[in-house]
Amino acid sequence: MTGTVLTRPAPSAWARIAWARVGLELRLFVREPQQVVFSFAYPVLMMVVFGSVFGGNEVSPGVPFSQYFVAGIAATGIMLTSFQAVGTGIAEERDRGDLERLQVLGTPLVAYFGGKAGQVLVSTVAQLAVLLAVASLAYDVPLPDDPARWLTFTWVALGGALAGTVLGIAVSSVVGSARAAGAGIPAFAVVLQFFSGVFFVYTELPAWMQQVAAIFPLKWMTQGMRSVFLPEQAAAAEVAGAWEHGRTALVLAAWVIIGVVVCARTFRWRRGA
Amino acid sequence: MTTTEPAPTRSRTAPDERPAIRVRGLVKRYGGRAVVDGIDLDVRRGEVFALLGPNGAGKTTTVEILAGVRRRDAGEVRVLGADPAGGDRAWRDRVGVVGQTTGAGNALTVRETVDHFAHYHVTPQRSEELIAAVGLTEAAGRRVDRLSGGQRRRLEVALGVQGRPDLLFLDEPTTGLDPVARRQFWALVESLQAAGTTVLLTTHYLDEAAHLADRVGVITDGRLVEVAPPAELGGALRREATVHWTEDGAPREVRTLTPAALLRDLLAAVPHGELPDLTVTRPGLEDVYLRLVGIPEEAVR
Repeated sequence: MTGTVLTRPAPSAWARIAWARVGLELRLFVREPQQVVFSFAYPVLMMVVFGSVFGGNEVSPGVPFSQYFVAGIAATGIMLTSFQAVGTGIAEERDRGDLERLQVLGTPLVAYFGGKAGQVLVSTVAQLAVLLAVASLAYDVPLPDDPARWLTFTWVALGGALAGTVLGIAVSSVVGSARAAGAGIPAFAVVLQFFSGVFFVYTELPAWMQQVAAIFPLKWMTQGMRSVFLPEQAAAAEVAGAWEHGRTALVLAAWVIIGVVVCARTFRWRRGA
Repeated sequence: MTTTEPAPTRSRTAPDERPAIRVRGLVKRYGGRAVVDGIDLDVRRGEVFALLGPNGAGKTTTVEILAGVRRRDAGEVRVLGADPAGGDRAWRDRVGVVGQTTGAGNALTVRETVDHFAHYHVTPQRSEELIAAVGLTEAAGRRVDRLSGGQRRRLEVALGVQGRPDLLFLDEPTTGLDPVARRQFWALVESLQAAGTTVLLTTHYLDEAAHLADRVGVITDGRLVEVAPPAELGGALRREATVHWTEDGAPREVRTLTPAALLRDLLAAVPHGELPDLTVTRPGLEDVYLRLVGIPEEAVR
C-alpha cells in the first residue's frame, strides 16, 4: 500500500477491543432497566409462581417439585440471558445502525462476539446467584455440597451460555428486523421451555416433544442441572436412566461449533445488501 | 492483500500526487435499476469535494461503496490506494465516516462514548481535545439520548474524525441542523481541511457546497453530470442571461448569451417608449443546479 500507511502503527489488538466491548456491553446492560429486570426477575418470578403452586408435590419419591424445577429454571435463565437477550439485542443494534458504525470502524468480528460472550457470562453468573439464593432461602431447595456437582454446574452453565450466545448471534442474522426478532425469539424460547421439561417433568412429555427437545441445547442443560440439584437416585427416572454427562457435553460443544460456523458465515453488519 | 506488499522506497512519487479517490465506471443496481450508473470521479488529496444532487440521485450509495460498506456491481474503485471492497483494518483506520448513529447505544454519556471508541483507533485524538473541538465540553457528561439534534450530530462528527483519518466521508452532515449549528459545522470542516484531511461530503444544500467545497460534482439519476469549482459550475449555462419584458400585455422571455445585442434591438424598436417589466438576469448557482439536474425552473417556482 502507500507510504502514509506505514507511518501508522498496526491496528489495535482484537483482544483489547473485545475487552473494551465487554465493559461497554455490561454498562449498557445495567442502564437498560427492562433488560435487567427481565433477566433477573423472570427466573425468580417463575420460581415463586411454580414453587407456590406445585411446591409441595413430589415428582418422584424424595424429590419435591421445587427442587426439580430449580434445575429447569436455572437452565432457562441461562438461555434467556444468552440466546434471547443476544438475539434480540443484536437485531436492535443492526436496526439502529450501530453495527454499521462498528463496521466502518473496522471492528473485528471476534472482538464484537467476544464482547457479547463476556457480557453474557457476567450477567448469567449474577442471575444464577440470585435464583439460587431465592430457591435456597425461600423454598428450602438444598444446594449441593459436593464440589464435583459444582464442577458439573459450572461446565453446564458455561457450555449453555456459550452455545446460547453464538446461537443468539446466529439467529439474529436470520430473523431480520428487530420487531421480528422481538416477537419470534421469545416465542421460540417459550415453546422450547415447554418441550424441554422446564415446567413439566420431561419424562411425562409425549415422545415426539422429547425428540424435538433433544435436538436443542436447553433439554441437555436442564438434564445437566438436574444432575446438580437432584439426588443421585433420581438419575434412574431420566429417559436413559442416567445423567448422560458425556452426551450433554457433546451436544453443547456441537452447538457451540455449529453456532460459530453459522455466525462467521451469515453475520451481517447492516440490514439488506 | 495490500498489506503484504513490500514497503515502497522513499524516492518514489510523493503520495499527494495520486488521487485520494479514483473511480471509473462505477455501477450499482438494485433489482435491475441502476442507482449508480457509470460514475467516473477523482478526488485529490487534501481536497474538499461535494457531491450535490437531489434525493435518490445515488449520492449515498456512492459514498457507501467508497467507504467499503456496500458492494458495487461494476467499475474500478481505489480509495487511498486500495479497493474499499477488500479494505482491511489498517485501511479503515485511515478512512473516517460520519454516520447517523454513535454506534454505542443511547445510554452512554458523550465522554464514555468517545473514550470507548478510542480503543478502536491506532492514533486516536485525545478525548478531551476532541470533545472540545466539536464544542461538546459542556455536554460531555450528558447521556446521548439527552442531547439535542445538533449536539448528536457533533458527537457523530467527533467519532468520525477520532482516528485522525486521511480521508473523511460526510453523508448529508448538516441535514436537520439549525443555521447556527450548520455554520459551526462548516467551521469544523474548514479546520479539517486546513489540517490536510481530504473530505468527500454529500449535500443537497447548494450554499453548503459553494461554501465548503473546492470542487462540486452534480449527480442526478446515478450519473455525474458536471464537476467544477462552485464558481464555475454550469459553464455556458451560467453565461446565459434571461431577458424578460412585457409586450402587448403578454410576458416575453428570451435566453441569450448576448443580452446586450438583444437589448439594442428591443430598445431600437421603441425609440421613445418604455419596455414594461424589463429585466436581465443571470442564473444563480441554484438555477444552474436545477437545469443540470433536469428540473424545469417553472416546476419549482
